Amino acid sequence: MKIAVLTKAIPKVKSLKIDSSETWIDDSDVQYVMNEHDTYALEEAILTKEKLNNNSEVIAITMGPRNRSNQIMQEALAKGADSGIIIENDNKITDPLAFAKIFAEQIKDQKFDLIMCGLASYDLGSGQTSVLIGELLGMTTATFAIGTEIGENYIKVKKELESGYSQWIKMSLPASISIQSGLNNPRYTSIKNVMNAKNKKVIIKKVEQEVVTMQGFTKFFVPQNEKQTEFIEGNVDVISDKIISIFKEDLKLIK
Amino acid sequence: MILVVLENQRGKIHSFSKEAITAGQKFAKQFNTTLNILCLGENADSLKEEASAFSCDSIIIAKHNLIDTYTSDGFAKSLSDIIFDKKPKFTIMGHTYMARDFLPRVSVKQDIPFIGDLTSVDFKGEKIIFSKQVFNAKFLTNIEMDSSVESAILSFQSAAFSSGNIEIGSPKEIEIFDLVLKDSDVRITSEEAFKETSSDVDLSSANFIVTVGRGIENEENIPMMERFVNTVGAELGSSRPVVDMGILPKSRLVGSSGHTVSPDLYLAVGLSGAIQHVVAMKGSKKIMGINTDRDAPIFEIADYAVIGDLFEIIPEITKKMSNS
Ligand SMILES: Cc1cc2nc3c(=O)[nH]c(=O)nc-3n(C[C@H](O)[C@H](O)[C@H](O)COP(=O)(O)OP(=O)(O)OC[C@H]3O[C@@H](n4cnc5c(N)ncnc54)[C@H](O)[C@@H]3O)c2cc1C
Repeated sequence: MKIAVLTKAIPKVKSLKIDSSETWIDDSDVQYVMNEHDTYALEEAILTKEKLNNNSEVIAITMGPRNRSNQIMQEALAKGADSGIIIENDNKITDPLAFAKIFAEQIKDQKFDLIMCGLASYDLGSGQTSVLIGELLGMTTATFAIGTEIGENYIKVKKELESGYSQWIKMSLPASISIQSGLNNPRYTSIKNVMNAKNKKVIIKKVEQEVVTMQGFTKFFVPQNEKQTEFIEGNVDVISDKIISIFKEDLKLIK
Repeated sequence: MILVVLENQRGKIHSFSKEAITAGQKFAKQFNTTLNILCLGENADSLKEEASAFSCDSIIIAKHNLIDTYTSDGFAKSLSDIIFDKKPKFTIMGHTYMARDFLPRVSVKQDIPFIGDLTSVDFKGEKIIFSKQVFNAKFLTNIEMDSSVESAILSFQSAAFSSGNIEIGSPKEIEIFDLVLKDSDVRITSEEAFKETSSDVDLSSANFIVTVGRGIENEENIPMMERFVNTVGAELGSSRPVVDMGILPKSRLVGSSGHTVSPDLYLAVGLSGAIQHVVAMKGSKKIMGINTDRDAPIFEIADYAVIGDLFEIIPEITKKMSNS
């Protein structure tokens, strides 16, 4: 079985600033990491392969600028992906469908049986990619997976629903599934695996097709306070006294 | 025309769908066009009964035995066919799990944009400016459509529109839409939805909830939090990452995938305030955040913003209160 894991390098959210164009973040001094939900998708793909215990392979795929893509590709390979594909692209595409069309075009000849990815990326957060690619490639799709069970030519997915409900669904392959956090424990990797990763095969592809967008981000801004907020700061002594007085005097929560 | 798609939640209209109706009414006025409400698949008839109390031009009922239970492919095919036939300018839903599950498929089938997760919309002359959160709620971004777009799908976050502002009335017309589906259109079968075993924790009735976020770092710091909640008489809640890391059980989870709460005081400790968390606690009477980051999104909805390190503040309060 051929299993793809789609993953994306995203900026660490701490201390981000908006850049002067006001349509992106200032990424001059930003550290990139693997999108957290994708770490669960990668683990689920590796577990699926281990469970199948046949000639199945896990192929990590990422699209974005070269350097950061390389960095997270090495991480994915070190954790257990067998090979990788980097789709080099420096365009900042904020239209989910345009992004998915490029992605699908670049991987369609691979004939994957299963695609897994995190349910959303923490930068743009459209949460659409896995479903769009699934539909573009004629696959079944499921979102918010909190459990999976691979079968002969189907996969069962436990989906998270709202307000604490869950549901099992069974779908034919090929399938594209978005993974919710917490369904497994992403593994750590060893120095040896990090070294081994360097010998694994990575195909570099370049985006040649024209990007046609129908929607896009036009201006970033910082959210406004919705409330009259009282700021409490100072040393611990002052802060703790103030909080206790709010508990007791203002809100009368504690006698 | 404007098309609002209702979501069935165990026989009732989903609360986000009611907000979508408010949105639809506003869009219909703005573009001087008709508002049509779609009841799709399971429980379409009971949704129709409930929707008949709202002002709109028509209610469309679309049923088929292949979509008696929801599947992403069955619903996507059905809605796509309806959009193809009706050519709505906007198709609107609440930004629910279901919307996220099947609307992107419709976007591909019709090659129209799905602009999702929206927190607001602004009409500026010819321009329509949407906005949504990005970078884990750190920023908002405006989103605009290309001027050539004739039809788009929208989904709104909860509270972008208020269901309290729904215009009451009745549909001028009820229409039955004939869906044509083949067995091969539906490749998914689903089992009954169920609730994971419930536990003894009762967050919904607590009047004081203290929720810890990822700032707590690891389970070794939980006893410190337990001493604190015992001293102040609060119930302990958790954000999603803290549950994912196995630090606290899912029964303590607050958020769109956990409990919805509205205590007298909600104290968020080392928690950033992402939308999936905030939707489930912003109805609290008072909200306090303790965070080292003065720009943490939780402070946007907080009555009290405490800037500081939880590892210093929490034990200090426990100590002072135990001594008094
Ligand atoms: C479909 C979906 C459903 C989801 N459902 C839920 C849900 O039900 N509930 C939920 O909570 N999330 C949910 N999430 C996840 C959500 O998007 C956020 O990722 C999550 O809420 C963030 O949790 P957090 O605030 O604990 O962590 P972070 O965002 O990492 O925030 C940690 C905060 O702690 C602060 N901090 C760190 N150290 C300290 C210190 N020493 N003292 C004080 N402050 C400190 C930091 O400044 C930061 O603001 C869902 C996501 C998706 C996509």
